[in-house]
Amino acid sequence: MDLYEYQARDLFEHYGVPVLPGIVADTPDEVRAAAEKLGGVVVVKAQVKTGGRGKAGGVKVAKNPDEAYEAAKAILGLDIKGHVVKRVMVAGGARIAQEFYFSVLLDRANRSYLSLTSVEGGMEIEVLAVEKPEALARIEVDPVAGITPEKAREIAVAANFPADLVDKVADVFVKLYEVYDKEDATLVEVNPLILDEDGNIVALDGKVTLDENAEFRHAGHALLEDKAAADPLEAKAKAADLNYVKLDGEVGIIGNGAGLVMSTLDVVAYAGENHGGVKPANFLDIGGGASAEVMAAGLDVILGDPQVKSVFVNVFGGITACDQVAKGIVGALAELGHAANKPLVVRLDGNNVEEGRRILAEANHPLVTLAENMDQGADKAAELANAA
Amino acid sequence: MTIFLNKDSKVIVQGITGGEASKHTARMLAAGTQVVGGVNARKAGTTVLHTDKDGNPVELPVYGTVAEAIEQTGADVSIAFVPPAYTKDAVVEAIDAEIPLLVIITEGVPVQDSAEFWAYAKEKSGTTRIIGPNCPGIISPGESLVGITPANITGKGPIGLVSKSGTLTYQMMYELRDLGFSTAIGIGGDPIIGTTHIDALAAFEADPETKAIVMIGEIGGDAEERAADFIKANVTKPVVGYVAGFTAPEGKTMGHAGAIVSGSAGTAQAKKEALEAAGVKVGKTPSETATLLREVYAAL
Repeated sequence: MDLYEYQARDLFEHYGVPVLPGIVADTPDEVRAAAEKLGGVVVVKAQVKTGGRGKAGGVKVAKNPDEAYEAAKAILGLDIKGHVVKRVMVAGGARIAQEFYFSVLLDRANRSYLSLTSVEGGMEIEVLAVEKPEALARIEVDPVAGITPEKAREIAVAANFPADLVDKVADVFVKLYEVYDKEDATLVEVNPLILDEDGNIVALDGKVTLDENAEFRHAGHALLEDKAAADPLEAKAKAADLNYVKLDGEVGIIGNGAGLVMSTLDVVAYAGENHGGVKPANFLDIGGGASAEVMAAGLDVILGDPQVKSVFVNVFGGITACDQVAKGIVGALAELGHAANKPLVVRLDGNNVEEGRRILAEANHPLVTLAENMDQGADKAAELANAA
Repeated sequence: MTIFLNKDSKVIVQGITGGEASKHTARMLAAGTQVVGGVNARKAGTTVLHTDKDGNPVELPVYGTVAEAIEQTGADVSIAFVPPAYTKDAVVEAIDAEIPLLVIITEGVPVQDSAEFWAYAKEKSGTTRIIGPNCPGIISPGESLVGITPANITGKGPIGLVSKSGTLTYQMMYELRDLGFSTAIGIGGDPIIGTTHIDALAAFEADPETKAIVMIGEIGGDAEERAADFIKANVTKPVVGYVAGFTAPEGKTMGHAGAIVSGSAGTAQAKKEALEAAGVKVGKTPSETATLLREVYAAL
C-alpha cells in the first residue's frame, strides 16, 4: 500500500525524522485557515499517489493566506495522471540551501535491502540513475543488521556528503531505516532531503510503501487505507475478501490462482482480437477453496460491473475438486436469481472434472455454456461479449 | 532421475496438526510420499492418524522441534504449513536443524520476514534449500509430492518444469500429461523466495533424465531476465517459456505480491524478448507453449 505524502510525513515525525509542519485540508477555506495557523510562506501540495505533481501544477508556493486560498482553488479537482486531487497538504516553507536524495527499499534480485543515496537531489531518481549513475550510491543493507549509525556513516561517505554533514545526515538515515523496519515498509524514499539555510537536515517530501502482508502486526495500517479513493467494485470485492482488480473491458473473468487468472486475461484479450476487440473486464482470483459462497460473491461483483457483457469462469481443479466448483456455480446462479443476467462460459479441468461437467449439464442453466478447454472458452466468452 | 525430491525422501510436516496441513498430509501420503512425522511444540509426544497409499493406517509422531524430528526419523525434507505470523520462526528452526530441503507453502508472509530468514540462511552457509514461500511446492510424479500440487494430473516423464504460479503449473502439467514430468517445482510468486528459476534450471540441466524444460514466469521483477542470461550461458537442453500478464495494466497488483508492473521493466513483453534472445521459444498461451515443447521434444 502506497501512502500519501502527508501520511508519510506523519510517520517520519513519529520516528523523529525532521520534517516541516504540515496540515491537511480538503477545501480552499481550510487551506486559508491552515496557512494562517502556520504563518509566513507556505507550500500547497496536492495529495495524490503519483509522481510529477510539480510539473502538473499540483504544488504552489503561497506568500500569504489569500494566495494559499487561490492556490488551493487551482489545485483541488486537478487531474494529475488520472488521479483527481481531493486533498492538499499545507506545509511550512523551507529556505533550501541544498537538495539530496535518500531511499531504502526491498531488493528482489539480491533478496536483500538496498539504500540509494545522492547528494544531487531534486532530480527524478530514475533520470539520475540513467544519466549520472556515478552520483548515486547503491549500498546493500543487511536485513538482519539494518542501518546502524556506522552503516549510515558508510552510506553518507559513499554518497560524497561533505565531512561536516556526514554525522547529521547519518542520524536521519538511521531514523528513516527505523520507519522502514518498524513499519514493515518495502520502500521509504525522501526526495528531496534538504539542507536548509540554517544548517538543518529536513525531509521535505516522502514516499512510503507498506507491506500489506504485515498488516496483522500493525493495527494502525488499515486506517491509512483510502477507502473513498478505491473503485466501488474493488471496495465491494475487498469487503468480501476477494482478490479483484477492475479493468477496462467487457469479458468478466473468474479463475483460481493468480497465475492462471493472469494467463486467462491474456488468452481472452487475444481471443477478443477476433471478436470486435473485446477485452477482459477484471482480474478475479477466487483462490483454492471455491465454495458456493465465494463463487456467488465473485459473480455478484462481476455482474455488478455494467461494462461486463459476458463472463468466463476458468478453473483448474487442483485442490478444489471440479464438482465443488460446479456446485458453487449452480448455487451462485440460484442465489443471484434475476441478478444473474449475462452469459457464462465455464471451463473446468482437473480433479473430478467429469462429475463437475455432469452437474453443470444436469442443471442446464440457460446462461451457462460449457467449454472444452481454456482457448475455446476464451473464444466463446469473447464472441458472446461482442454479440451482446 | 528427479531433482531435489525422490521416492526415498523422508518428509516431516511443520504444523502437522493444523487443518490445511492435515488435509495435505493425507494427500501427500496418498501420492506415495514418505511422510514420517510432524512438528508442533504444543503437541509434542502425541500422534496423528492417517492412511498410506495402500489404505493402511499410519500413526505419525508429533515432535517438539525440527531437530528432534530429524534425529528420530532421519527426515531430510520439511514442509511448513504454519500461519504467516509464525513462518519466520519455523523457517529459522528448520535452518538451525540443517534440514536439506524446506518447502514453505504459507501465503501472506511479510516480506521483511522472508528477507530476514533468507539472510539467516545465507549466513548459515546455505545447508538448507528453501522453496517458497507462497508456493505450491514440488512434485516428482510417481515418486514423491511435497506440496499441494494434485498428484494425479500426470506421471513420470522427460520434462522438467519450474514456475512462479501454482495453478499455471497444474495447467501446464495437464497440457503435457501425455509426456509426463521428472520434477515440477512451483517456486512462488513473492518478491523474496528461496529457490529461483536459475536454481531449478541448473538442477534440470544436470539431471540426465530431464530432456526438455518448461519455464513459467509472470510480470514483475527481473527473475525471468536473469534466468534468460543463465540459460544462454549454461543450459544446453531445450527450454520453452511462458510468461503470464501480457495484458496486465501498469501499477496494478495481480494477486501475487510479485505480480505488479511498474514502469517498463518487468513487463511480460520485456521478459519474452529476453528469453527469446537466449534462444528460448516463448508461447503466447499455455496451449501454444505446450505445442512448442512438443516440437522441441520431437526434434531431440
